[in-house]
Amino acid sequence: MSTNSLGYNEQGGEAAAELGQEAAASPAAPASVPAAFGLFSSDTKKNEDLKQMLESNKDSAKLDAMKRIVGMIAKGKNASELFPAVVKNVASKNIEIKKLVYVYLMRYAEEQQDLALLSISTFQRALKDPNQLIRASALRVLSSIRVPIIVPIMMLAIKEASADLSPYVRKNAAHAIQKLYSLDPEQKELLIEVIEKLLKDKSTLVAGSVVMAFEEVCPDRIDLIHKNYRKLCNLLVDVEEWGQIVIIHMLTRYARTQFVSPWKEDGVLEEYNEKDFYESDEEQKEKDQKVKKPYAMDPDHRLLIRNTKPLLQSRNAAVVMAVAQLYWHLAPKSEAGIVSKSLVRLLRSSREVQYIVLQNIATMSIQRKGMFEPYLKSFYVRSTDPTMIKTSKLEILTNLANEANISTLLREFQTYVKSQDKQFAAATIQAIGRCATNISEVTDTCLNGLVCLLSNRDEIVVAESVVVIKKLLQTQPAHHGEIIKHMAKLLDTITVPVARASILWLIGEYCERVPKIAPDVLRKMAKNFTNEDELVKLQIVNLGAKLYLTNSKQTKLLTQYILNLGKYDQSYDIRDRTRFIRQLIVPNEKSGALSKYAKKIFLAQKPAPLLESPFKDRDRFQLGTLSHTLNTKATGYLELSNWPEVAPDPSVRNVEVIELGKEWSVNVGKAKKEKPTEKFYSDSEEEESASTTDSESESTSESGKDKNGKEEGSSMENSESSSSEELSDSASESKEGTAKKKFKTSEESDSDDTEKKTEMISKKRRSSSSSDSESSSTEESSTDSGSESDSKSEAESRNPKNAIAKRKEMAVQEKKVPTKQDVSLLDLDDFGSVSSTVAIPTPAILSPSLVADLEGLSLSTSSVINVSSPIFLPMKTHELLHRMSGKGLAAHYHFSRQPCIYGDQMVSVQVTIMNTTDQKLENIHIEERKLPAGMKMHMFNPIEFLEPGESITVSMGIDFCDSTQTASFQLCTKEDHFNVNIQPSVGELLLPVTMSEKDFMTEQGKLTGMNETSATITVAPKNSTRLMILEKVIKAANLGVVPSGQDNMHRFAAKTVHSGSLMLVTVELKEGSTAQLIINTEKMVIGSILLRELKPVLSQG
Amino acid sequence: MIHSLFLINSSGDIFLEKHWKSVVSRSVCDYFFEAQERATEAENVPPVIPTPHHYLLSVYRHKIFFVAVIQTEVPPLFVIEFLHRVVDTFQDYFGVCSEVVIKDNVVVVYEVLEEMLDNGFPLATESNILKELIKPPTILRTVVNTITGSTNVGDQLPTGQLSVVPWRRTGVKYTNNEAYFDVIEEIDAIIDKSGSTITAEIQGVIDACVKLTGMPDLTLSFMNPRLLDDVSFHPCVRFKRWESERILSFIPPDGNFRLLSYHVSAQNLVAIPVYVKHNINFRDSSSLGRFEITVGPKQTMGKTVEGVMVTSQMPKGVLNMSLTPSQGIHTFDPVTKLLSWDVGKINPQKLPSLKGTMSLQAGTSKPDENPTINLQFKIQQLAISGLKVNRLDMYGEKYKPFKGIKYMTKAGKFQVRT
Repeated sequence: MSTNSLGYNEQGGEAAAELGQEAAASPAAPASVPAAFGLFSSDTKKNEDLKQMLESNKDSAKLDAMKRIVGMIAKGKNASELFPAVVKNVASKNIEIKKLVYVYLMRYAEEQQDLALLSISTFQRALKDPNQLIRASALRVLSSIRVPIIVPIMMLAIKEASADLSPYVRKNAAHAIQKLYSLDPEQKELLIEVIEKLLKDKSTLVAGSVVMAFEEVCPDRIDLIHKNYRKLCNLLVDVEEWGQIVIIHMLTRYARTQFVSPWKEDGVLEEYNEKDFYESDEEQKEKDQKVKKPYAMDPDHRLLIRNTKPLLQSRNAAVVMAVAQLYWHLAPKSEAGIVSKSLVRLLRSSREVQYIVLQNIATMSIQRKGMFEPYLKSFYVRSTDPTMIKTSKLEILTNLANEANISTLLREFQTYVKSQDKQFAAATIQAIGRCATNISEVTDTCLNGLVCLLSNRDEIVVAESVVVIKKLLQTQPAHHGEIIKHMAKLLDTITVPVARASILWLIGEYCERVPKIAPDVLRKMAKNFTNEDELVKLQIVNLGAKLYLTNSKQTKLLTQYILNLGKYDQSYDIRDRTRFIRQLIVPNEKSGALSKYAKKIFLAQKPAPLLESPFKDRDRFQLGTLSHTLNTKATGYLELSNWPEVAPDPSVRNVEVIELGKEWSVNVGKAKKEKPTEKFYSDSEEEESASTTDSESESTSESGKDKNGKEEGSSMENSESSSSEELSDSASESKEGTAKKKFKTSEESDSDDTEKKTEMISKKRRSSSSSDSESSSTEESSTDSGSESDSKSEAESRNPKNAIAKRKEMAVQEKKVPTKQDVSLLDLDDFGSVSSTVAIPTPAILSPSLVADLEGLSLSTSSVINVSSPIFLPMKTHELLHRMSGKGLAAHYHFSRQPCIYGDQMVSVQVTIMNTTDQKLENIHIEERKLPAGMKMHMFNPIEFLEPGESITVSMGIDFCDSTQTASFQLCTKEDHFNVNIQPSVGELLLPVTMSEKDFMTEQGKLTGMNETSATITVAPKNSTRLMILEKVIKAANLGVVPSGQDNMHRFAAKTVHSGSLMLVTVELKEGSTAQLIINTEKMVIGSILLRELKPVLSQG
Repeated sequence: MIHSLFLINSSGDIFLEKHWKSVVSRSVCDYFFEAQERATEAENVPPVIPTPHHYLLSVYRHKIFFVAVIQTEVPPLFVIEFLHRVVDTFQDYFGVCSEVVIKDNVVVVYEVLEEMLDNGFPLATESNILKELIKPPTILRTVVNTITGSTNVGDQLPTGQLSVVPWRRTGVKYTNNEAYFDVIEEIDAIIDKSGSTITAEIQGVIDACVKLTGMPDLTLSFMNPRLLDDVSFHPCVRFKRWESERILSFIPPDGNFRLLSYHVSAQNLVAIPVYVKHNINFRDSSSLGRFEITVGPKQTMGKTVEGVMVTSQMPKGVLNMSLTPSQGIHTFDPVTKLLSWDVGKINPQKLPSLKGTMSLQAGTSKPDENPTINLQFKIQQLAISGLKVNRLDMYGEKYKPFKGIKYMTKAGKFQVRT
């Protein structure tokens, strides 16, 4: 192309074009035309040959011409006269020509409306095209042609497109709404109807665009959002990044009108909370509970806060900022802290991003210091930062200064003062001044430091210090005679007017403190009066007046001399002032009562100036907005309303009124129905089916696969879709589905009273545990590599397990909050505030930094959580075979609580066999094992003989598959066979593990919801000591003790022998000899049995 | 939202304009030029400039100002982030983003911009989708196009825009399936006069180059994920999976992309791999000053420090410097007063040093502050935080990909105060 344009320039206004030759065909025509002519007509001639190229029947010529025209547009040159020639090509078959014509049309259609109409029919035809992308682009161009005549056509097209099957076309319809609105605002009502319809759209593609249209067209129609609020919250994570920003900003405004303030209750305790923000989680949690009792956050409010949190991890700085402002404006103050880390991260990006983010942090840091204090060092200034970044950082550092960090900060400031960037050095001096006034401990230090700066070589630095010292001395009316004397000396050297004026003012104000120096200064000044700056002159006059009043004996003449000089000064300001002062202080006949009070007037106590942050009043604007950055209201800024006193009816957001009890099942059904519309992929597939090529069908199946993969990974991203995903999962893996159903039903019984529940569960136990073992056995057989490949098979089965766990969790949470009117399905990690029965700390209550710490630990559990040796070895033996029924052969067994030597998944059992007969028993061995599926047993080696009266202890291993099923087998002697059973108590199916309290909390956090069973029990008085509880619990079950930070909490941890699932037991003693017993484990059946077994242990004496 | 975009070069010429709504006269840029004059340095031009009817939001990259014109309230970061994305896209398309390249490819630039915004609202910003819509120019394609007359505009309509994984195009095929990951860590530090660390942080990124056929589903796990304090992901990473298991699970975009950027928790002490010994003296009376710096390795875990580059902004009073380096090349620009010394590798046996004198302007007093030394360096095969990738697995496809992981440590904003 470049060669072409070169050749073309050479042609200038060459006659070749007139001959009707195609320019492209003759690019190398000689430039033999007179220069003047070429210059003069080059523009029109140029276009002439372009026109001919456009009219040629060769696509390549047309394309060339269009490219050059676009080049002209890009350079800002006028190409409008080519309109007729260009518009003809709108129907070109060549896609690139077509696209370039579109570019041209959008640019010039407004100027050439009549001609633009020629192209409309092409677009109207394209709007009906079977290909969705052609429909979309036709709509895009049609709506971009700003020709008022076609408004009705556009309206019609938008209406049709908004009902299009393809979400991509609907997205373009949403964009077109804004265009039409700016072209013809009278269409507003009709457009709002379309917006309302599109807001209901469930596609993530559409959501961002339609909210954008909403914000442009009718931001006040908040009522349109109600019904779509929850859907928008849930879709948010999957919307593209630009849409997220718009939606978050809109929802922030919405929430401020619909929910009551979460700050009211903790307003008093605010300081308190902030300070302790990084303290241990338990304390924080307790506090939270205390604080929040009277205030219950609307679940929809919580939904928004929770669903935006993952977006803090976005790579898009604007999304992070949007979430940060949402937390700032909506979240309880104790939670807003989590955004600081992400905001600090943004400081790594480009200077423009830094600039905006620093401004927002500056505003935040004024109100809530605690949020950014831990990141103090991130705001240290580097010499390579641009000045605007430096000053913003300095501002933040000043805001964050407190007693604890001031000494480090001042040391840092010292470096800044020496900076080569003098503007920044001056700003630093002001910052020091502000620190000095805000923190009284360091006022003196700062003052001394500033005085030292007075001997600095740089004038700007000295001047700034003088000004700041003046302000400081004013706020500190103590005796600072020394400093004033020092400054008086400076008058000889310093030349900056502001500084000189400041010194003079100081001497005048405190002239009584420096009685000897002041008159001398005045003398010096009088000598040089005429050469001073206006600002200084005014202060000399002032000083004279003050001295005249206090020390008239020495200074009377001097003052009069100065007043005389002032009288004839060039500046009328100074003449004015002199005249006024003379009348006031020099007594004469005319002067009235005022001169009597002159001293009071001049030497009155003056209020100290306030040293304030320039960001002080910025918080009137919503953070992250343009208005905030500019500190003025930008066009189209929408105020963030104050919280309403009383929350408006929350039920407006209910999409369907569903009875609470039925909600789960109904929702599942509904989700199923919704599924096809929700996943837009499927309908595009249907639609495109006629024209699908091979590659396309391949792509659909591939992304279908991907969808499944994604579901497993992120099944909880939003509850509505996850419930539908669950269904699709269960369709493919029916086994998993049925197992899950059982969980569900057993959980439903949860709401019944506890007795009934235990009954139910015990009934269910057998069935569900058998299904459990079934599945695990198939799993094993499929891998068929014995115990070595344990970890591998576990890892393979991990995903589905996790998915189940999450769903379980969801179901339980839902049941747990029956007090709420309309429970959203997503109350996963609801704060203890709503349901006070949830006593275990869920991760959400932990302070964010702790959460991060804990999460960091989670992967390394294998290294931290070790199986430990049992603490307590039970001596209790169980009878295996009574000597009467065993014809003299007696057998007892007990659980050794040691890891079994025969297999990792086996429980080791010690069997003591005794011969109570009077003969030798021979060949004692085991036969005919009748084991339930999956169970395994390692028998002892046959005992050759047993002498009468003697006993022998043998050990065997049984894999109970983590169930309490009995292992039946025959104990045989040479002659006889005896049927015996071993039934383990659930406490023996565990192996104790050691872990830190932190790990415990992390693990517990993962095992909430359905994985958690709890009961409140009455503890026998003598059991309430720590030792007793430990003893009792450990006796009953093979648990490891987890060190606990609190006296009333006792934690135990173990692993199930077979599957290695964690079993976490928490005993929390409460007042009135009750205790809360909580068990968290993936193996719910065992968990509930263990709970049942532990209950009597603690309650009985 | 975004009305218009103007591209302005360093000499103040508007060399490209694009309007998405009705045309805004380029005279609006006069306000920008005013601000530019006031700021003296390009870096100090405020990113947001209000004018009576418009607001100008700009970013400055590759010596080009990208000035967006907006009319109504909009989150400023929205626009700034978008402008950066535009620059990234240009870079992706043309390899470099310079005035010459943009002028040469003005049609492609225009087509790309047209697709990126619709009515001022971002439409397609994923480079994967864009590249399907408008193919980037390559030498081969330019040649083919001139012969066959075919075009840069894709005739296949992009499927990515409609799919659930908008960042990946479908139907990708490679004969060699490869996945490379670069773990790059940068140390940001401020070292004070005495050599003690004032602040030091490690920021890292994992850049990936994935060329895999089909729709692979990758998981990447770390030996020590707890090192990662704060992370931000490419949209393809499944957040929940990370939350619960600390595993990166994702369907990768095709080609180069940044998978993850992270910040290493502040609790971990940062190993500072180099030290600088300095002796910079301005004497009050004389017009000569002494200048001497030595760079040496400190905690490098046995690796060589390479690509060392020392720059320092000397005070205005310095007229010239006569220095002799023990290795490498040094330059001093008497106009900008910028000293730079390209050291190269550090040999621990023979530490590189730069010694000599500075001639100062006669009559001026000595500067208050010694210049700050900025340091750049690279250490191959080392992630200074100790982060280690455990394993990379692929699901969803049958073939065996070739996998590679590279570690590198670099200096970020590494300053030594003297």
